[in-house]
Amino acid sequence: MFAAFDNFPVMLIWLPLVGGILTFFMKSEKSAKATALFFSFLTLGVIVANLFYTDVKYQLLNQVSYVWLPGIGTSFALILDGLTRTLCLLTAIVVPIAIINIPSGKYKNPNAFYGLLMLTFCGLMGVFMAIDALVFYLFWELALIPVYFLSSIWGGEKRIKATFKFFIYTFVGSLFLLIGILYVYLKTSGSFSIVSFYNATPTTGEQAWLFFMFLIAFAIKMPIFPFHTWQPEAYEQAPTPVTMILSGVMVKMGLFGLLRWLLPMFPYATKIYAEPMVILIVVGMLYASFIAIKQDSIKKLIAYSSIAHIGLMAAGAFTLKSVAINGVFIQMFNHGINIVGLWLIADLIERQTGVSKISELGGVAKKAPVLSIFMVIIAFANIALPLTNAFVGEFMIFNGLYQMKPWIAALAGVSIVLSAIYTLNMVKNVFYGEVATSVGSYVDINKVQIALLTVLTLLIFIFGVYPAPFFSMISETVGLILNKFVSI
Amino acid sequence: MNAIILSALWGVLMMYAGFATSNKKMISVIAVLGVIAVLVSNWLEFLGLPFFNIDTKGMLGYNSFGFVFNAVTHVTLLMYFLLSAKEIESSSKTPSDHYALIFFITAGISVIAGFKSLLMLFIGIEIVSIPLYVLAGSDKSNLKSNEAALKYFLMGSFSTGLMLMGIALLYGDSGTFYLEGINIGIGFLTPMKTMGMVLLMISMAFKVSAAPFHFWTPDVYDGTPTVYTSFMATIVKAAGFFAFIKLFETAFGKVHAQWEVLLSVIIVLTIIVGNVTAVFQQSVKRMLSYSSIAQAGFMLLGVYSMNLLAKQGIILYFAAYGIASIGLFAVLAKFKDHSIEGLNGFAKKQPLIAGSMLVSLLSLTGIPLTAGFFAKYYMILSVLKYGNNLWLVIIAILGAAVSVYYYFRVIQAMYFKDEADAIVEQVSFSKSFQLLMVVNAIILLVLGIHPDWLMFFL
Repeated sequence: MFAAFDNFPVMLIWLPLVGGILTFFMKSEKSAKATALFFSFLTLGVIVANLFYTDVKYQLLNQVSYVWLPGIGTSFALILDGLTRTLCLLTAIVVPIAIINIPSGKYKNPNAFYGLLMLTFCGLMGVFMAIDALVFYLFWELALIPVYFLSSIWGGEKRIKATFKFFIYTFVGSLFLLIGILYVYLKTSGSFSIVSFYNATPTTGEQAWLFFMFLIAFAIKMPIFPFHTWQPEAYEQAPTPVTMILSGVMVKMGLFGLLRWLLPMFPYATKIYAEPMVILIVVGMLYASFIAIKQDSIKKLIAYSSIAHIGLMAAGAFTLKSVAINGVFIQMFNHGINIVGLWLIADLIERQTGVSKISELGGVAKKAPVLSIFMVIIAFANIALPLTNAFVGEFMIFNGLYQMKPWIAALAGVSIVLSAIYTLNMVKNVFYGEVATSVGSYVDINKVQIALLTVLTLLIFIFGVYPAPFFSMISETVGLILNKFVSI
Repeated sequence: MNAIILSALWGVLMMYAGFATSNKKMISVIAVLGVIAVLVSNWLEFLGLPFFNIDTKGMLGYNSFGFVFNAVTHVTLLMYFLLSAKEIESSSKTPSDHYALIFFITAGISVIAGFKSLLMLFIGIEIVSIPLYVLAGSDKSNLKSNEAALKYFLMGSFSTGLMLMGIALLYGDSGTFYLEGINIGIGFLTPMKTMGMVLLMISMAFKVSAAPFHFWTPDVYDGTPTVYTSFMATIVKAAGFFAFIKLFETAFGKVHAQWEVLLSVIIVLTIIVGNVTAVFQQSVKRMLSYSSIAQAGFMLLGVYSMNLLAKQGIILYFAAYGIASIGLFAVLAKFKDHSIEGLNGFAKKQPLIAGSMLVSLLSLTGIPLTAGFFAKYYMILSVLKYGNNLWLVIIAILGAAVSVYYYFRVIQAMYFKDEADAIVEQVSFSKSFQLLMVVNAIILLVLGIHPDWLMFFL
């Protein structure tokens, strides 16, 4: 493991890890931030460079496997393929944005804060790249530990309770996942590699319950109704950079789990449960959307809106239609960009005014026109207006839902309408109307913040207009997943 | 055999060391040297260099499982001595006596590690128990310690009585004390043998404090001076498990189907009772005693499934659980106030020790990259491999999920609570103690990444 650094997956694990450990030893806040930023940009550079090495002839550069515990048949195996690349790229974009956005002096013990952020980064990369079930499980848990500490130490008033709820939920889910993994492992010839897991083919009866063992873990992480109750509080209480990573990237771990592990491993069970699952998820989406309308806290509104959006992606995955799964892949990336934008703006407003209640805000646009322009663009992306990035993905998912059952698509469509209602209402009440007292002395955003938001809006437009590169990147992975369902 | 004789001899030596020198430090050094000597001699025998050739008529004999178990015991004991030397020294005017008792217990554990006859099992367990009664009551002026000793003695003798009755019944029916001779075939389970087997199971459940025979545990662990609680809850308990698994594998392995229901009831009760009651504890020490019941429930899964995976797992479990608990108890022994609030803001004052405690707690919870994860992994895997008992696994992991609650309360107190609202005790830790705690954490991490380095010897 220590020998070779000449391939991409290894670098993507080691750079954040080494960066994180170095950051812990930094004395001043400035140097801690600089170290963390340096290593996260380096990681971003590596993953961007990797986008040019996707050909089959570079396979050796994109795949790695070190024997870890030969006795139990597990090896430290990582891969970069279409699915992984999308998510690693997203992670590598979100983390630097979250770090740059941290105002100086906000958090005590900055070296530990930045260090833990980088360790989370490393854990996420590991989850996305692992193609060995035990390594996957390991990173799945490890990504959680730094987040637990980050939120519990630096979070809001009710941080300890909220984060603990989040931790227990996820931990219970992952224990079920462990049972599932071990059961399938006993069906293989004693290997944890993903290939042997795909070929394990448990009987239909076993698949019926194994499906749920895996699903619980993923559903809690996403979260989909009714496993979502940890989420709004955890998002509200966590420090903003952590919330960004949680909502932008970490929830994708659940979707990723569905696509990489659950669907291809249990095709029979998936086929049987697909429709009830989609219905359950769509009901959850509507439920979350209605709650979002009633929210007065910007943060909770974004949290519930995220449940609805993630739900749509999960539903898309269960349609098992090529177009919808392509859509899910793209939407996973785009939703990450949009929600990070929303959190960024919510954080900028709260930082200046000290309030995050919609009813106590108003007229920000008069004081901060530049911020408002960005807000409107990101809000449109959140509603998935054409020409914004989310439109492409959500349109494709709806296409898939329609192919499955038209009335399901119609029902899910209601959530888009609702999403327009709550997002635009929020924009209207916060940015327009009379200037509220809390906004009286509001100053518009500075250059760094403009730069950050510009990057995000550029990504929104680019992938809204020209998503083609994505499709060529992911087509192979999508084909692999759907191949499993051909013979059923 | 090396380990038994050497630790017994060293026990005698320790007794006389008290006359030779009144320097307590010196006595601790002799004790540490003793453990190292025992560890080395045990290892030499494993490599084929026995110092003594004694004909035990086949009543004692070691396989690799026994040797590795001995080694784990000795390494844990070494860590225990190094971490708790100060407390042992100050627990009595003549600490050499206490050291001697511990060495006698170690000899008893080595007897348990090699028993092939019910007589040896009985002798081993008695050698372990009797010095423990003394240690439990070693804080003579403390009423709670006296109560603990008396309770432990009564309960211990009661369960030993049950065991003797079971042994007598088995002997009466089969005419032999040898496990191999008793080894009941399918269809040969006479009422007398059944009765003997059940009595043995109950007495073993007493020894490992499995529910519903656990009622003595919290009071005894709480009343005993913390240094000795640590020893009782880890090393001695592991010996109980070893005896349990070996006895039931060799003597009753073939009639597994007859007793597995009874055992699974015990397991489920142990996991539920241990975890649920631990949640309500306000004192870290009491919490750890209840959690030791919960962990026992998990270890019993190994007795239940009894395959190779279970054996590997249980050795790893002993190491993981022993090392983690000994570290936690060693820190706890320095505190007078054992309430969870007493640890508020601890991480800011003692980052190194808090960090090591964190690793121990994560290991007890079973988070990956710590030894505790692989310990639980092997237990779950072995039961799944045994088959047809998914419900047992699910109850076990739900128990593990509950355990997060109480272990993480300690983490929360150490890391997230301010010291302002706490009665912070001024406790100082020496440099060497800090270093040892770090070593403790490193052992847990190394075993968490490479459990095979321990399994390799099995």
